[in-house]
Amino acid sequence: MDLDLTEDQESIRDVFADFFSSETGPEQAREAEPLGFDSRAWDRLLETGAPGMGVAESSGGGGANLADLAVVVEEAGAHIAALPLVDHMVTTRLLARVGACDDDVLAGTTIVGLAIRPPQDGTARTVPSGAVARQVVALDGDALVLVDSDPGAHLQNHGCLPLAHRPLAGATVLAKGPDAAAAYHLALDEWRTLTASTLVGITRTALNLGVDYARERRQFGRPIGSFQAIQHLLADLPGLLDGARLLTAKAAWAGDRAVAGQTGVADIGDNEITDFATLACMALVSAGEAATTATDRSLHVHGGYGFSEEYDIQLYFRRARALTVVLDDPARECRRLADMLLTRHATGTTA
Amino acid sequence: MDFSLSPGAVDFRAAVKAFIAEHLTTEVVDQMHATGTFNDKTFNAALADAGLLAGAVPGYGDRDPIELYILFNELEKAGAPYDGLAVTMLVAGVVNAVGTDFHRNRVLQKLLTGRFNCCLGYSEPDHGSDVASITTKAVRDGDEWVITGQKMWTTMAHVSDWVILLTRTNPDVPRHKGLTMFLLPMDTPGIEVQPVPTMATERTNATFYDDVRVGDEWRLGEVDGGWAVMGVALAFERGVMGGTNPAVPLLRHVRDWAGGAASPDGGTMLQDPLLRERLARTAIANQVSQLLTLRAAWIAATGGLPGLEGSMAKLYATGRYQQAVGWFQEMAGAEGLLAFGVDDAAADGWIDYDARHAPVTTIYGGTTEINRNNVAERHLGLPRDR
Ligand SMILES: Cc1cc2nc3c(=O)[nH]c(=O)nc-3n(C[C@H](O)[C@H](O)[C@H](O)COP(=O)(O)OP(=O)(O)OC[C@H]3O[C@@H](n4cnc5c(N)ncnc54)[C@H](O)[C@@H]3O)c2cc1C
Repeated sequence: MDLDLTEDQESIRDVFADFFSSETGPEQAREAEPLGFDSRAWDRLLETGAPGMGVAESSGGGGANLADLAVVVEEAGAHIAALPLVDHMVTTRLLARVGACDDDVLAGTTIVGLAIRPPQDGTARTVPSGAVARQVVALDGDALVLVDSDPGAHLQNHGCLPLAHRPLAGATVLAKGPDAAAAYHLALDEWRTLTASTLVGITRTALNLGVDYARERRQFGRPIGSFQAIQHLLADLPGLLDGARLLTAKAAWAGDRAVAGQTGVADIGDNEITDFATLACMALVSAGEAATTATDRSLHVHGGYGFSEEYDIQLYFRRARALTVVLDDPARECRRLADMLLTRHATGTTA
Repeated sequence: MDFSLSPGAVDFRAAVKAFIAEHLTTEVVDQMHATGTFNDKTFNAALADAGLLAGAVPGYGDRDPIELYILFNELEKAGAPYDGLAVTMLVAGVVNAVGTDFHRNRVLQKLLTGRFNCCLGYSEPDHGSDVASITTKAVRDGDEWVITGQKMWTTMAHVSDWVILLTRTNPDVPRHKGLTMFLLPMDTPGIEVQPVPTMATERTNATFYDDVRVGDEWRLGEVDGGWAVMGVALAFERGVMGGTNPAVPLLRHVRDWAGGAASPDGGTMLQDPLLRERLARTAIANQVSQLLTLRAAWIAATGGLPGLEGSMAKLYATGRYQQAVGWFQEMAGAEGLLAFGVDDAAADGWIDYDARHAPVTTIYGGTTEINRNNVAERHLGLPRDR
């Protein structure tokens, strides 16, 4: 057991914390609204190799594992980078697994994204990077398909995500059958894990913004942070933040084991859970809750200024909600999780 | 990060699980709830004899400190009587950290046999959260001390061999600075124990100290240095020694019940979508609670004192436990109100039990408000509220 980042991961974190703090941030996020894509920062990001870093070195990528990528995207979330990084990273890994990842995708000059919801009537709806990605991968029935077309028309939205519908007409079939579905679901669980990590970054900054404001803002002759009501709103958040970060890191660890062919278990009776699909779902629900709670409370601590466009917390508030529900209602995610956790108990048998 | 246990820790956990399977009989569990004493001397002694207590003392010995977490986490998940053992091993850790050779020889060695118990005498009738204001006084008389006062909530006092007792030795200095800790043999003349029943199955005690005379060798730590000893004890206590995964047995009991319980809507309760969602949310909270606890254990294992991390684990875990209990009690309806031993009680009475027990988890071991104060001031650096 080791609950610290590896030395490599510490340097990855430092490099990307520097990158995102100089190239991205609230100012750039505002400029990138409403589309939610900062093309200048994306171009700079290509120089770091981040778009292809999650692909094996033997396939021309950077050889980073899911746990490494989680470290990168936590920093992106913390600096509210308007970049389709999670979507590009997981789709790139998926394409590489089915042998369909070309050099432009690896380099990030062609942006790729994942249709995270089942297509309806031949259209992948509200694809998270649909308004900026040229290639979108979807699971259509039991076929893994790739559509290559101009990005879709942007759907203006709560979190300023580059959402668009993408018709699948004319899509290429990359693979078919159970293996294709398995590859897609592995990618979707990676998306859950990395989106959870982005939400952890959002939670972290939301907490810091609230604490900084509470120390500076004075009312009744003293800092509002000295009022116990304010302290207690904020004091629950470090546990939520660290808990979500640990669970996300555990999901990433399980994901890397799953890719290496190791299976896990999911025994709620003993609280012993090492299965990737289970942990990925848990991480997203947990990080979504941490981020919505932290942004909610932090915004409230800002008083009226929290509601104003000018203060940064509203940027985090809206993205926290958007990333929490863009896949599905968390309650439905929980019911899906229950299906995984309780199947053997459906008829009253015990494990 | 690596979330797998070392091979040694895996073996240790397997040994603990095997021990529990053999020794945690229905009789042991029934006995603990019938008597209200969450401590079983035979069980504790057997644990020691099986070699499983060697790593159970925080900060002591050369065993992998993760064993401490594993032991108490397994006992808690299984619903075993571990409260008395946890307090005893906590005191063993404090004795080891701040005690003299006399204490180590006379007390620590005995505690390691699993055949003796300790209790914590901090709280008083009028001083709970504000424990630094306690008034039980210890006055020096030659080589001896004379102790007079009353403690409240001295859980396990009725089965204990020693109490660590927080006393006031100097009333003329700021309240934290005039406290001294004693390690008092419970058979010292002048100590009286009276039971305090609770709304749940567990009992606790009020303890009275009437001109209790002890030699200076029973002082633990410096004169007027009691607050520092408290600090060591609290850092050991919070988070790592059980108390942060109570919803694991709850979830197991509710799951097992729901599979066989008819739903008024048809089918079984386990098919109820809202119950399924809540079981899943509880499973998530249980993982997070475990990871926050593991993190506190990891900090202890790598040489730190995880006081604040323990506070975070306790805040999170106890809040979620209470939420889950509320959900399940409502969803089990009238059968969920039925007690242990009553036919048709939902989950054999465990829902009633957990619903009775849950309120205390945000009170004892430092209330939620006190833990929030700690996190706000010491972790977030917010200005003090005074
Ligand atoms: C079953 C049980 C077992 C226990 N076992 C032991 C034991 O073995 N040994 C021992 O020494 N003690 C024990 N305790 C005592 C326990 O530690 C205290 O109950 C606890 O510290 C709270 O003190 P109190 O009950 O006096 O409540 P109070 O301190 O009077 O608190 C009442 C309420 O006021 C709130 N409050 C107090 N101060 C503040 C503040 N500064 N800011 C905001 N809110 C505040 C509290 O959070 C609480 O909600 C036990 C208690 C119980 C119920």
